[in-house]
Parts: sequence; structure tokens; C-alpha cells
Amino acid sequence: MRGQSHDMVQLLTPDGQRVHNDDFDFSGTTDDLVGYLRDMILARRFDAEATALQRHGELGLWPPLLGQEAAQVGSAHAVRDQDVVFPSYREHAVAMVLGVPVSNFLGLFRGTDGGNWDNLDKFKNYQIVIGCQPLHATGYAMGLQLDGVVGPDAEDPAAVIVYHGDGAASQGDVNEAYVFAASYNAPVVFFCQNNQWAISEPIALQSRIPLYERARGFGFPGVQVDGNDVLAVKAVTDWAMDRARGGEGPTFIEAFTYRLGAHTTSDDPTKYRTSSEEEEWKGRDPIARLTTYLKAEGVIDDDWLDQMDEDARQFGEDVRATIPTLEPVTMDGLFQTVYAEPSVALESQRREYLDYAAAGEDA
Amino acid sequence: MTETLTMAKALNRGLRRALQADPKVLLAGEDIGKLGGVFRVTENLQAEFGENRVIDSPLAESGIVGTAIGLCMRGYRPVVEMQFDGFVFPAFSQIVTQVAKLHMRTGGQTPMPMVIRIPYGGGIGAIEHHSESPEAYFAHTPGLKVVTCANSNDAYWMMQQAIQSDDPVVFLEPKRRYQTKSTVNFSARPEPMHQASITRYGTDATLLCYGPMVKTCLDAATVAAEEGMSLEVVDLRTLSPVDWVTIMSSVRRTKRAVVVHEAPLTLGLGAEIAARLHQDLFYVMESPVLRVAGYDMPYPPSRVEEEYLPSVDRILDAVDQSLNY
Repeated sequence: MRGQSHDMVQLLTPDGQRVHNDDFDFSGTTDDLVGYLRDMILARRFDAEATALQRHGELGLWPPLLGQEAAQVGSAHAVRDQDVVFPSYREHAVAMVLGVPVSNFLGLFRGTDGGNWDNLDKFKNYQIVIGCQPLHATGYAMGLQLDGVVGPDAEDPAAVIVYHGDGAASQGDVNEAYVFAASYNAPVVFFCQNNQWAISEPIALQSRIPLYERARGFGFPGVQVDGNDVLAVKAVTDWAMDRARGGEGPTFIEAFTYRLGAHTTSDDPTKYRTSSEEEEWKGRDPIARLTTYLKAEGVIDDDWLDQMDEDARQFGEDVRATIPTLEPVTMDGLFQTVYAEPSVALESQRREYLDYAAAGEDA
Repeated sequence: MTETLTMAKALNRGLRRALQADPKVLLAGEDIGKLGGVFRVTENLQAEFGENRVIDSPLAESGIVGTAIGLCMRGYRPVVEMQFDGFVFPAFSQIVTQVAKLHMRTGGQTPMPMVIRIPYGGGIGAIEHHSESPEAYFAHTPGLKVVTCANSNDAYWMMQQAIQSDDPVVFLEPKRRYQTKSTVNFSARPEPMHQASITRYGTDATLLCYGPMVKTCLDAATVAAEEGMSLEVVDLRTLSPVDWVTIMSSVRRTKRAVVVHEAPLTLGLGAEIAARLHQDLFYVMESPVLRVAGYDMPYPPSRVEEEYLPSVDRILDAVDQSLNY
């Protein structure tokens, strides 16, 4: 596979075999793995429901995560209570693992609100402008340093993880984030999901070398990990987050994965890539390989999988049922949140709007 | 207690006081630490408050603003310096797509108490990109607040007010007035930041101006007085939101208005002010609102900048037109 390094960290092969790696090992339990499998299956179900909801006109747009479940679930489980996450716009599985209610995402893409999560302190707002958020994450990480909650002497040292894609790696802001993170030794992990395609543009257009090799030029380590191997992703992200928390500075992780679906529901991948490529990546499916492994180990069986199917079906129903409960923000509420401190000039527009709206109701 | 200070020194004192008052206040920018900034506005502050609070940044404006967003999210109040007006544009995306919008789009959960300092305006004989007046871009962006000072007292107090604001404030510093001295009153209660100020009272017409043009307009009013005309001068101080109450109260009395700014004419602040005056005072005014502004061209080479910039003569020509309408 082009761009895949011989050094790519892998602990579970596509056909479900555990393999040894000299530098990284999965330290969790079998129960953890069952939990990850469950997370990935539910995330895939949520994603399928949301895609269908867009097709039914209930959402304006949906960016599917299909194929990237292991990269997201594995990395999200490396996040501790004191850590903070800066997503791009496709990190649905990360959000689910971190407890953001799925209704929040539906609100953003349905257009009922602007992306107003319930636990914004932990999981920051989705970012639509490609590559803006790594700078925010780096600044936040600098703030952690200033607060003294980083390094060997800190009681519960904290770190930041920021998600971006292969396309974003071309953005100036993303490269500036690498510079700032390196200069200030900021406790931030750049988690790049290289899903091979930036809408229609292949990774070869963004980079002539594997992305993780760029990190060295900025002065911090870069690691390529099999993004469809949840064990390897968890192991590598744990290591990188521990480095950051310990005051050892930033790390770049390239999670080598594939966007099996469209970029968004407005996209048509048949125009720019072959079905044989898609088929090849389906053979590396993150859920299938963990299922194979856990079945072979006797940890789960067909009954478990049947029950999981039923749970996912029920979850899908719950997702659909949230749609009618999503209340749009009000114009009045928007007027009042443009600023933290009211602006007299805008306040007069708000009154004008309210008078106009009231007159409309009377008519 | 009062003291006569240059505007640069007054800004420095304001920043110093803000750093003393709140440990969450940080300064960041290019060359602001050891050097004290290319205009010395941050002189000695790093020595006093340390490298963690007065931060020399890598040479990347978007990075400076983008990381300041993260610092805001962590509870800090960053004051970032864009070294010159013409160099704010690499940071433009972060300012208009992020700083301005985060509060509303997160339902009020993400305040951005950031100050973006920009030395602006021409008249210093500088090379290109060092003399621009980008205020309309920012005043046109909902979610930002935009202010500018014209004297040392405002420089000292408005800087502290901007830093205390929970909203993002673009703070425009008229660089050709940096070395102009005036009195700072350290003990008097300052005017609110978002309020215009009538700096000279008059009866025949109102000159509406801000930043570097306040001095030029006051000079014009002095000359006009010698010719028997009484001009009122309003220093807008706040460009977003604009203080319409003070503007209207002045023009309601004088019935004539001339807006003066260095920025290019078309779709500048003057256009908005003219529209509002015509809307609100259509039956009061004796003549149309006139504008004296930079021409609609990129800022010219410095040897001809005096012909580009609004001057006392151009302002008085406009006043004559207004009075003879």
C-alpha cells in the first residue's frame, strides 16, 4: 500500500492474528477489547443511521466515519479524565466514547444549533474549517503548561489530543501548530487520520513522503500506526499521551486508515477512485478483524454477536427518535450570544427583530 | 494623579497594569519580549513579568491568534500583537472564522477574551504593507469588537478595558501618533470603552473621526475657527459597536457632518455612518454627509502618501462644500 511504512505499528493483522511489535504492546484486558468492539459496532450503527437520516432529508449533511472506527475508538480510550480533545468534524466515535450525547451531532448537521456540545470542556466543538483546530489545541496545551498541570511533578498530569486529516496536513495553520508545539514543547498529540482521500484528492497530492516522517522535521517524534487495528492505535496513543503528560512534548501519530464511505453525503467517490481499492480496504476492516480475533480466543460467540446486533438495532431506533426532540435555537437566543457582553448596537437590532416577529404573529 | 506620556508609553503602562491586576493576562507576539516590540510598546514587560507571561512568538500571525484561542479556552486573557496592519491577514481566517464565531456557535459557552493589537495607519514614511487601515474588515465581522485610541489617556484606559472585556477586541493603535505626548489621568474614572467622545465643541458642522485622524481634524477645526467657522470634533473611539447616541446628538445640533478616515472611501466606516445619519436625521440635516478618506487604491508609496491621506485642507474643502450646499 502506497505510503505505508515497514515501521507501521500493528498488533492485530487484518485476518485477526496477534503479532509482536518490539516497541509497542497492548496493555489492556480482554474485557477492554470487548468494550472497544462494542464501541466500534455502535459507532458504525450510529453513522449508518445518520447517513440514512440525511437521505431522508432530516440532516443537511453527514460526514460518515465508516472504516475509521478503530482509529477513533482506540485513540479515544487513551484519553483520561483530565485530558482535552479537539476534534475536526468526523470524530463521531471519539465523541461517543467520551460521552457526548449523539443528539448533539445531529443538532449541528440538522441545523438546529451551531455545535453546542453538552460537555464542551472535555470535547471541543467540531471544526469545519480544515486545519484550524490544531492551533487551538496547541494553545490550550500551552495553557496546561502555564497552569503547572504537566510534567513529572504534576499530580494528575494532563494533555491534549487533536484530530486532523491527511488533507489538513497541507494547511499552513496545521504546520504552524507543529512549529508552536515544538517551540514551547507543548503537551499535545497530533492524531492524523490518514484516510487516503481529501474528498477527491489522494494522499499523494498532499505529501510525497509518509506523513509521519514530517514530524522529525518539526523536531518531535512521528509514528505510523495501522489505523484499523484498535489495539495498536490504543498502544501508540497511550504512549504519546504519556509523553505529553510527562512534559516530553508533542507527538505526531499517523493512523493509516481508509474512508470507506463518501467524504460527506454530498460526495460521489465513484468519480475519483476504483471499487477495487475500496474492496481491498474492506479486507482490512477494523471491526471484522477484532471480531475474528475475539471469537478465535473464545471471548465472544455468535450469541454475543446476535445480542450486539439487537443492541445496535435498538440504539439505531433511539437515534432516530431523537430527531423530533431537537429544538432549533431561537433568533432571540442567537442575538444574545453573539457577544458575552451585550452590544448596544446589536441590542437595537434584536428589539427590531422581536417587534417584527411579534407583528408577524398578529397578522 | 496625572502625567504627560507618549501614546506608546501610555499603552505600555496600561498593559503593565493589566498584567499586574490579573495573572491570567498574557502578552504574545513577534519581538515583544527582549526587544519590547518594534514600537517599544511592550518595553521592559518581559523583564518584569517573565517569559511565560510576555511571550515571544514564532513568526506566524495565524499561529499567534490560533494558539491564543486555545489559551482563551483554558481561561487565559491573551493580548496578541500583530506587528503591522499589513501583516494581520495571515491571521484573518482565525480571526473571522474562529475568534468571532466561537461564542455564538457554542451557545455562549466559549468566551474569547482576547485583545488583538494592531498598529495601523500611514504617515510614517514606511515601506509597503506598513501603513494600512484594515478596520472595516473587522467592524464588518459580527462577534468582534473594534476600538481605537487617539490620545494617551484613552490608550492607557481603553487598553485595560479591552483586556477586561469578555469579548474579542481588535485594538487599533494609530502608529503615527505613538510618539505624541498628552496627559494621562491615572485617578479619574475613565469613560466606557464603547462610547464616542466629543473632543471639541462647535456649532456649524461635526467632524466624525477616529484614531490618527482625530489630531488632523482638531487641527482643521483650529484653522476653521480662525476663519470664523465653529467645528465640532467627535472621536468615535469605538468602531464596533459604533456609539450612535453620541454621533446623533452632535449632528442633531450642528446639522452637518463630515466623516474622515484614512481607510479607502468605498464601504469604509464613513459609508455606514452616512447611511445611519440619513436614516435617522433626514429631516434635520442641512446637507448630505460628506466623506474625506483614502482613495480606492492600494496604499501608495510613502513619497506621495501625504497626497493620499486626508489633510487639513481636504477636510476644510469638504466643510466648505457642506456649509455651501
